[in-house]
Amino acid sequence: MTAIVKRWWPLAALAALVCVPYLQIPVPGVLPDVLNRPGSLQLIAICLLFAGFAVTYDLLFGHTGLLSFGHALYVAAGSYTANIVVTKLHWGWGPALIATAGVGLLLPVLLGAVALRVRGIAFAMVTLAFAQVGSILVMSARITGGEEGLSLSDTPEIFAGVANTFRLYWLALAYLVLVVLVVRWSVESEPGRVWRAIGDNERRVTVLGLSPYRFRLLSYVLSAFLATLGGVVHLLLLGGSNPQITTSAFTVGLLVMTVLGGAGTRWGALLGGVLYTYLDQRLAALAGSDAVAGLPAAVRLPLEQPQFILGVLFMVVVYFLPGGLAGLSQHLAGLSRHWRRAT
Amino acid sequence: MSTLVLLTLTGLGLGALYFLIASGLSLIFGLADVLNFAHGLFLGVGAYATWWAATYAPFGVAVAVGVLAGTILAVAVELALIRPLYARPIQQVLVTVGLSAAGVALLQAGWGADPLTFTKPGWTATTTRVLGAAVPNDRFLLIGAAVAVFAALLLFLRRTRYGLIVRAGVEDRAMVTALGIDVRKAFTVVFAIGGAAAALAGALAATYFGSITPGLGGSLLIFAFIVVVIGGMGSLTGCALAAVLVGLVQQFANYYAAAGVGEASVVLLLAVVLLVRPGGLTGRTAT
Amino acid sequence: MSDAQRSEPDSTADLLQIQDLHVRIGGSHILQGVSFAVPGSGVTALLGRNGAGKTTTLRAVLGLVPRTGTVVFDGEDVSGRRPYEIVRRGIGYAPEDRGVFGGLTVAENLRLAERDPSPRYDLVYELFPELRTRAKQAAGTLSGGQQQMVAIGRALLNDNRMLLVDEPTKGLAPKIVTEVAEVLERAAATVPILLVEQNLALVRRLTDRAVLIAEGRVAYTGTLSDDPERLQELLGVSRV
Repeated sequence: MTAIVKRWWPLAALAALVCVPYLQIPVPGVLPDVLNRPGSLQLIAICLLFAGFAVTYDLLFGHTGLLSFGHALYVAAGSYTANIVVTKLHWGWGPALIATAGVGLLLPVLLGAVALRVRGIAFAMVTLAFAQVGSILVMSARITGGEEGLSLSDTPEIFAGVANTFRLYWLALAYLVLVVLVVRWSVESEPGRVWRAIGDNERRVTVLGLSPYRFRLLSYVLSAFLATLGGVVHLLLLGGSNPQITTSAFTVGLLVMTVLGGAGTRWGALLGGVLYTYLDQRLAALAGSDAVAGLPAAVRLPLEQPQFILGVLFMVVVYFLPGGLAGLSQHLAGLSRHWRRAT
Repeated sequence: MSTLVLLTLTGLGLGALYFLIASGLSLIFGLADVLNFAHGLFLGVGAYATWWAATYAPFGVAVAVGVLAGTILAVAVELALIRPLYARPIQQVLVTVGLSAAGVALLQAGWGADPLTFTKPGWTATTTRVLGAAVPNDRFLLIGAAVAVFAALLLFLRRTRYGLIVRAGVEDRAMVTALGIDVRKAFTVVFAIGGAAAALAGALAATYFGSITPGLGGSLLIFAFIVVVIGGMGSLTGCALAAVLVGLVQQFANYYAAAGVGEASVVLLLAVVLLVRPGGLTGRTAT
Repeated sequence: MSDAQRSEPDSTADLLQIQDLHVRIGGSHILQGVSFAVPGSGVTALLGRNGAGKTTTLRAVLGLVPRTGTVVFDGEDVSGRRPYEIVRRGIGYAPEDRGVFGGLTVAENLRLAERDPSPRYDLVYELFPELRTRAKQAAGTLSGGQQQMVAIGRALLNDNRMLLVDEPTKGLAPKIVTEVAEVLERAAATVPILLVEQNLALVRRLTDRAVLIAEGRVAYTGTLSDDPERLQELLGVSRV
């Protein structure tokens, strides 16, 4: 019985998520509006999209053991490439997608080839540096709209307008499903086993005659390519490109999501992504509520900063829940099994 | 000619700022293997403490207050947050990342996200003529402070027992403990030094830019990381060389090419150094 | 195997007692229950083939590798102590590959090792006059033999109650090997030494007492002269 539940609950959850636009359920406090209204759908869609980003990040961090601080670069590459082709060059969406796919492959191949020559903390710093250049270029160039960002001039018909938010919601959901399937498939394939082996014991992999460098590059490019695709979804969902997505803070957010949920676990990054994004979006609203407004300034002011609460939550997880939330659920499952056996 | 002089001195001033941040990062990383993302927070706290104290006290005293605040914070962070996680470097990085996010948010909660104006103290607001160029005096303040800190750190590393322990520990930490030395005390010492230097950088950056924001440390930190990698982690001399190089390259490229090209050239420099000498400009030694 | 179990240490005479020492590093079980004792005088040789776990045993005694089991030094259980605390109880350590700090000068290497209020520089300089003349030279530029002198000098600088010396003659020229042997012989007159060494001839010159480790376990404890053939078989060497 439990085996059936375990096997099928992801599909059940997916079915429920697909149906959300048809469900007119009031969820006061939890969401800004009734469940299937555009405001709520937009929020859930952002959560799903960022969960997708977190899963692509976890392919690097959790499954290959690469601590990158430059993942934002690829999300930004996706958003800005498509946006510039459509808005500035007026070439339309077909060429935009082709150009984005090209950038999504070429850029990580070039940068990964250099960055992966160093390991560990040095790799983290190099990726950070690359992404910082991207960020500075985006913020200073005219074609990207600089610090103002770049609004999307031509949204495809089926996604245009508030009334079609439900389609964007489905797009975000489809992206998440795609990312989860591709990452799962790749992790369980032959290269995936090598990635895990590299993380455990690199020398053994080298002894087997396999080049850890190439396998790392493969993981890096796949992860970056998926993130680039997500950048396009981000562009459509927000109706423009925001330079915020180029910053190292954006990557740090993905890292926090992954660790929060449990790096390298089946559902950890996804859960962490949803939870982090939801809190990041909703804590601001919560901070504006009457309950918080009544508190003394010394307590109220920090609580109004989502990054403060998330930062503290993150540290708590690092100290007390090394396996993240996914580790917690396993721990609880173990406890309940133990308890059942004892009684 | 006067442009060249001004660019050089401004580049050196920027390099001085990078050195103040990177020297502590480099020693902390070289000795304790901690990539300290909270270093930008030390800088931010130093800047805000200096800004606060400057309303009551002369500039020199205000800087001392800022440096003290940064030092205390750094020691507290090492003792309370980093120490329980030694031998788990990834977790340590993660904790400093979380701390940095939470700390910057706290600064924002206290003083707002908007820039606060920092009044330059009298002498630094004026200029000095050097070979025909009118050079703002804050450049000399930055360069002088960095040279003084560099000399003091060299003296510390060469002449004191803790300096000896730090230099040996950068090479082989386990062997230092095998000589009967509690190397963790040296960790606290390098955190204190790093916190003090970063806070000083914060106070001087406030003077240089004329304003402070909670995110001030974060943007400088990235270039400090680049300086650390180029200079060779744990090497003070390498760090100084790399800081000067990065500051000059950034300044000149931004002026003669276009805004943003300076930063791109710095990263290109980093890529080249990594391809040619993966260990950085110098090997793994503390001086 | 039975030898290992029979060698229960005598708590009154033995300065160092090791009980059931296990070390696991990255999935490999390197020490699998090592137990032996080192008496309070003379040289005890720790023998075994390459990779048997000799160096790991010394490092485990000092707590430099994660380990389980008991280490008792001079009647005190030091198993839970940190490495520097164990060393401060009076153990000098000259590690495999010398552990000399290449970026520090010879004098700085020695100064770093100072623990006692009056370090015995006279003794060290008498044994190794070169360390005085090369005081200002970076240790990284010394020859292998000179680096070994620094390593042993550091261990002799303090009034230690035991020395752990790991392959002191590895890679050294024959003339220097003799010199090192003489120094160890002289040191052993005042302080007990636990010595890891591949050169059996040198070991025989210093002691007849040996502990033999094979595949992470103690395979033999006793004298070298007792059963030379068995010893040779266990060591798998012929340079006796």
